[in-house]
Amino acid sequence: MLEMSGVAKRYRTATVETRALEGVNLSVLEGEFVAIVGPSGSGKTTFLNVAGLLESFDEGTYELDGDDVSKLNDSKRSRLRNQKIGFIFQNFNLIPDLSVFDNIDVPLRYRRFPARERKDRIQNALDRVGLLGRIHHLPGQLSGGQQQRVAIARALVGEPRLLLADEPTGNLDSKTAEGVFDLLLELHSSGSTILMVTHEDSLASHTTRSIHIRDGFFESE
Amino acid sequence: MLRYNIFLAARGIRRHPILSALMAVAVALGIAMFMSIFTISQSMSKNPLPQKNDFLYRVQLDAGDPNRPGDDPENRPHQLTYMDALALMREGWALRQSAMFGISAIIRPEGAEVPFEVFGRAAYSDFFSMFDAPFKYGGPWSDPADENRERVVVLAASINDQLFGGEDSVGEHITLKEELFRVVGVLEEWNLLPRVYDYEWSPTEDTFIPFTTAAEMEFDRRGSTNCWQSIPGQGHQAFLASECIWIQFWVELSDPSERTSYLSFLDSYANQQKELGRFQRPLDNAMHTIDEWSKYIRAVDEGIVVTIIIALLFLIVCLINSIGLLLAKFLSRNSELAVHRAMGASRVQLFTRFLVESACIGFTGGLLGLVFAWLGLMGIRVLFRGESVVAHVTQLDFSLAVGTILLAIAASLAASLYPAWRGSRGTPASLLRDAK
Repeated sequence: MLEMSGVAKRYRTATVETRALEGVNLSVLEGEFVAIVGPSGSGKTTFLNVAGLLESFDEGTYELDGDDVSKLNDSKRSRLRNQKIGFIFQNFNLIPDLSVFDNIDVPLRYRRFPARERKDRIQNALDRVGLLGRIHHLPGQLSGGQQQRVAIARALVGEPRLLLADEPTGNLDSKTAEGVFDLLLELHSSGSTILMVTHEDSLASHTTRSIHIRDGFFESE
Repeated sequence: MLRYNIFLAARGIRRHPILSALMAVAVALGIAMFMSIFTISQSMSKNPLPQKNDFLYRVQLDAGDPNRPGDDPENRPHQLTYMDALALMREGWALRQSAMFGISAIIRPEGAEVPFEVFGRAAYSDFFSMFDAPFKYGGPWSDPADENRERVVVLAASINDQLFGGEDSVGEHITLKEELFRVVGVLEEWNLLPRVYDYEWSPTEDTFIPFTTAAEMEFDRRGSTNCWQSIPGQGHQAFLASECIWIQFWVELSDPSERTSYLSFLDSYANQQKELGRFQRPLDNAMHTIDEWSKYIRAVDEGIVVTIIIALLFLIVCLINSIGLLLAKFLSRNSELAVHRAMGASRVQLFTRFLVESACIGFTGGLLGLVFAWLGLMGIRVLFRGESVVAHVTQLDFSLAVGTILLAIAASLAASLYPAWRGSRGTPASLLRDAK
């Protein structure tokens, strides 16, 4: 599903070069739930950005579902991101003036699905996260947990091959976080491949595999 | 995707209503000023008889003063002498031809005590079909009426309304210069602006009478007269026999290919005159279509061109303001752009989306600009109330209205290129970082 070998990412300014990722080797199989665990500034989010094709990398090779992504231009990377990856962000990243329906519709629009199919998929995704009754609400009318569920529905709606979650419970209180994490576990048990970055070891203990990251290096599995 | 882009554009406009409104107003003001000026210049340079353009020709014979420059850069008089005009009419080379000049006369309506002055035109019977004069009643006088200097008259609709209450007056009589003229025709409303036959920005005349009759009855002439040589003798006949230049002359050819032949005919006539001691300047005769004549006499004032350039500069200033507003608008929504990029939008798709949003604002600005332009043109009409010419040149027609909106959209798109490029060039990760 995901194969990374020797991947490195550096940020450069006129005077400073920062090594955000170095020699990352990772193989994720279909159906796995992998946690990347590390403290703030360890390179977790950079890794997730590279894995999610949100950012390019400087060295190494990366194959996603058989596609070598290192040589793809922006349009092809965007298409691959749209079709094969679903994102769940720490701060939900819902568009505040779009309804729940229209927020979940965003990835489907770029897939150019017909209206009928989009509607069915959105209803199914909302049903899975238990928010079908809030389809016409605005994000501001929902609680934090509900907003994250909408974000999960948006990530799921295109039936991606890989779900990437960046501290998915980081902005939620413990009870709500538990509910959201249970939803992720449920998705995994139904066959989804999930790659999650987190600083909480307690969450990582529930995944099939956890990897620690420090100063841009993967330390252990 | 276009529908989705329009949907997002509408959201984007609603999210920043003040910035969007400012941009639409900036575009509208620039467009309104430019289109108002452009409308006036277009109307002024418009040929009211495009269907006749390849067939009607203004004739110039160079019978001017050999020692002094004439009244145009090519030194060629715009008008003809009476002798030359009569000679060309006698030859009758063209399909139709008419010598003509403007007249004024006192008209005394039957039964009315108070006479009043009317402006008229002395011409040949061909004049009406040459310039597509529309008849409501009757028609032009006959060719024999020209030859026999008959007292016949064609009335404009307005004067027929005034004298006969708009009824069919053919066969009735009016008094001009104390002689009775029989009405042979009444024109419909005739909006020939500019009045191409003498290129005046005035409505067509009230009365039309035979050229020969006007010459015989010594009607007062209206228009310029250039007498570069002293008149040999006294009285009207001496004036008619002089080298004074005061007659406009137009011909209609059956085919544009006859133009060269007619010009040869004019040269041949001029060479004959040279043998008689006239036409002392080098051979330089000419023929102009209506469009050519308009350019030749610079019918559209150079000042209007300068005004168009100033209006264009104003439009550019408005667009530069729009660029700033768009930059502020597009760069302030990183969080939303980050989501779209993460969900699969490419740079090109974001760029296109910004252009669609700008085009929507441009469309709104165009509609608003159309209203502003219309108000501006109405303002000019109010300032020059009663001037039919002003009413004519301040008409905003359908094609110009469509042009206004298209120009507004194009201008908005041009103004949005840089902001759209700036707004769409970030990587999804950088947009996500900025959005936090």
